[in-house]
Amino acid sequence: MTADAAFAVQAQVAAAQPQGLARAVGEPILVVENVSLAFGGVKALQDVSFDVREREIRAIIGPNGAGKSSMLNVLNGVYHPQAGTIRLRVGEGWREFHDMDPHEAARLGIARTFQNIALFKGMTVLDNIMTGRNLKMRASFVEQALWLPRARREEYEHRRAVEEIIDFLEIQHIRKTPVGRLPYGLQKRVELARALAAEPRILLLDEPMAGMNLEEKQDMCRFILDVNEQFGTTIVLIEHDMGVVMDISDRVVVLDYGRKIGDGTPEEIRRNQAVIDAYLGVSH
Amino acid sequence: MLYREAGQFRTSYAEDQRIFPIRQDRVAIALLLAFAFFVVPAVASHYWLKALLIPFLILSLAALGLNILTGYAGQLSLGTAGFMAVGAFMAYNFELRLPELPILVSFALAGLCAAALGIVFGLPSLRIKGFYLAVATLACQFFVLWVLQRVGWFTNYSSSGVISAQEIVILGHTFDSAQEKYLLTLAIVALMALAAKNLMRSETGRAFMAVRDMDVAASVIGIPIMRTKLLAFAISSFYCGVAGALYAFCYLGTVEPEAFSLDLSFRVLFMIIIGGVGSILGSFLGAAFITLLPIFLNLVSGFLSHAFGVDVPHAWLSNIELIIFGALIVFFLIVEPHGLARLWQIGKEKLRLWPFPH
Amino acid sequence: MNVGFLFEVLIGGLLAGVMYALVAIGFVLIYKASGVFNFAQGAMVFFAALTFVQLVKMFGLPMWLAFPATLLVMVAVGVATERFVLRPLVNQPPITLFMATIGLTFVLEGLAQLVWGSQPHGLELGIEDVPMEWLSQAAGINVSQFDLAAAAIAGVLVAVLAVFFQYTRIGRALRAVADDHQAALSVGIPLKHIWAIVWAVAGFIALVAGLLWGARNGVGFSLTFIALKALPVLLIGGFESVLGAIVGGLIIGASEKLAEVYIGPYFGGGIELWFAYVVALLFLLVRPEGLFGEKHIDRV
Repeated sequence: MTADAAFAVQAQVAAAQPQGLARAVGEPILVVENVSLAFGGVKALQDVSFDVREREIRAIIGPNGAGKSSMLNVLNGVYHPQAGTIRLRVGEGWREFHDMDPHEAARLGIARTFQNIALFKGMTVLDNIMTGRNLKMRASFVEQALWLPRARREEYEHRRAVEEIIDFLEIQHIRKTPVGRLPYGLQKRVELARALAAEPRILLLDEPMAGMNLEEKQDMCRFILDVNEQFGTTIVLIEHDMGVVMDISDRVVVLDYGRKIGDGTPEEIRRNQAVIDAYLGVSH
Repeated sequence: MLYREAGQFRTSYAEDQRIFPIRQDRVAIALLLAFAFFVVPAVASHYWLKALLIPFLILSLAALGLNILTGYAGQLSLGTAGFMAVGAFMAYNFELRLPELPILVSFALAGLCAAALGIVFGLPSLRIKGFYLAVATLACQFFVLWVLQRVGWFTNYSSSGVISAQEIVILGHTFDSAQEKYLLTLAIVALMALAAKNLMRSETGRAFMAVRDMDVAASVIGIPIMRTKLLAFAISSFYCGVAGALYAFCYLGTVEPEAFSLDLSFRVLFMIIIGGVGSILGSFLGAAFITLLPIFLNLVSGFLSHAFGVDVPHAWLSNIELIIFGALIVFFLIVEPHGLARLWQIGKEKLRLWPFPH
Repeated sequence: MNVGFLFEVLIGGLLAGVMYALVAIGFVLIYKASGVFNFAQGAMVFFAALTFVQLVKMFGLPMWLAFPATLLVMVAVGVATERFVLRPLVNQPPITLFMATIGLTFVLEGLAQLVWGSQPHGLELGIEDVPMEWLSQAAGINVSQFDLAAAAIAGVLVAVLAVFFQYTRIGRALRAVADDHQAALSVGIPLKHIWAIVWAVAGFIALVAGLLWGARNGVGFSLTFIALKALPVLLIGGFESVLGAIVGGLIIGASEKLAEVYIGPYFGGGIELWFAYVVALLFLLVRPEGLFGEKHIDRV
């Protein structure tokens, strides 16, 4: 696809979204309060609090084993914290959770990708992304078995929506390939596509650029920024590449040994002594 | 050269998402169905229909049922024959106790009974996985047979535990010849295979595969794991139940619970392993293979005794059959885990390019 | 209720449980070392017992000679299984390996009957299946001498295995392999040999189990069903624990006998076919990883 064509498609996609190019960061949409999580005796998270504002890109960073992935897993209910609450804005009000259920989280508009890609290996790219639309499908299994009009219509309509995402992420050429056969970088992109297919309000990305080469990283950065700008999606991401984090995120949370040691804009984080110590390895 | 899709452009998603997107495939399947419906009943002998084609079709349906559960939804079951038994005996009882019920309705209700039992025995799948689940489904197999043998109601208090399937009457017409039973079986199996294909290419099928491939990721994108697994058990058992009803009414005629032993469960499992796990076509290929193998072995032994005067004792033959079945399972798992269906697909790919190497 | 009779049933059940445990240990051993749920364990029991009986009957071998000879055959079966089934399927999902062992089951059953015939045989080990008189007289409880001897043999076997695993070099290697294939491989443990050894040991256990069960119920195709009876034991005990297999066997044996005697009559008998499974399933609902199985945390 030529650059012009790609731009045209993106413009279309953008036009389809009413919020358009609103990039202004809004009010908090997700608040984490005093969350603690332990596995047996291992304390993965201790008393962590932070908030995420609407339409911002929020990064979580920290050394290995700092509890970053655990934090994301708490946010969408894969892990259940022993203490603390999660508040999520739903419509005008707030929903308060002690712990989330993954299914409930998806229903409330939280989608995510995983550090070790969690695609459905036996299915094609297209089918993988289509699963992202499952919550929007209404036809019962009987209607599907009999291929009744509603089931048929849904298949075609959602296919159209998925094709737009496929175009947006530039993976048209592999749409019918089983994901197990794809190289790593493309798999990461397919996983992002599946998450986007759910049209989430909040997107959790666990190391979206891990293991990628420079070019792939640039592509992925561009996609993340585009998603954020065009769809107005709030993004929470974990990333190791400091350059990337400082470039694309609005605010950063820093975890170390399961505790929050810093929170602020990239500029503030850069100057934060506790963060510098954690990264450079000052003895505790 | 015949099998070329050049020039066939798909201009809508409807065209791209049809079951057979390539024109030649559509022609081939239409011809095959026409052959099965019109030519076979006219030319096939009674033996062929009764001893080969009808059981082949019925076992294909059972394999299809198991494939939905094991191949698509990833839940291994060793209780297939148990669900078939429920279908067979419930269809008999519906006909017996509610004679005014149309037989097809009885079949469907029998399938629903099997589905209900499937849900009950699927419940452990919510807590246990893999081997543990496979062993749990064995419990279903044993339990069902025990109930059918012990509770007289199911066999209408027949002293031998054997039931005789009622006549099949649809709209005043009695299906009693082998031809008629074959056609009825074929029609039901074809329609149910189509329904299965539709289901597997829609949301439900994708949810099954998602749960199979990675259940944590499936739940994270909002697929309800519990509902999906139980639905897989229900649909699968429904298919097995209907297959069981057909097994009793169109194939065996007189049935005892032992007809649905663990051995039958394994046979059906072998069909999907050899045919292709997670493939509708594979269910049919596997059933054909397993049905034909004993006959092929008989032919070989007949040939041996005829040509070389070597008489293979009958007991040997059944043991050799066991060994060959077992060895083939291992062979397919090692060499082609996706079975005959995958080989078929590879063959088609080759044919698309033929006669050019690339 | 007659307390003496209750005790008698309970003890009978526990002793039968030891025999279940014996079969279950064969499963556990292979599962621990290679992560394979070996469905063919029952076929191996059948294969071993039939080979032994026919060596004695057809070839007139004395039992003390037939035993090592059969053992040799079982080792060969183990080595062949490793070479032709496990090695080509290395790194396949466990469920694939499980299905392969179902295939193996058919091969072994077919082979045993092809070579040795499908006639059932009696087996006389020289231990009579009669109640021990002194116990009958002293406490009024009938406990079979054979059951007790079988339990003792099983106990000794378990003890020997425990020592073997704990104190020998091969045992240490086995435990390392069970813990992590890759890591074991990287410190230079020859995986292939280990697997062959484990399958051979499982063959040895199958032989002992086959002899004990064969002496009790006769050596015939029905021996293969013993494995099916041992599966609920695994559900309760967990696939990874020898101790679990023993405790699970005792639980199943005792509850089965008690149910047979006290509940069975209300159902018209024959409940031992599935009762063990129901007990096991109820157990699973409470503890999905079994009594002594390891709890795995899903990491994502």
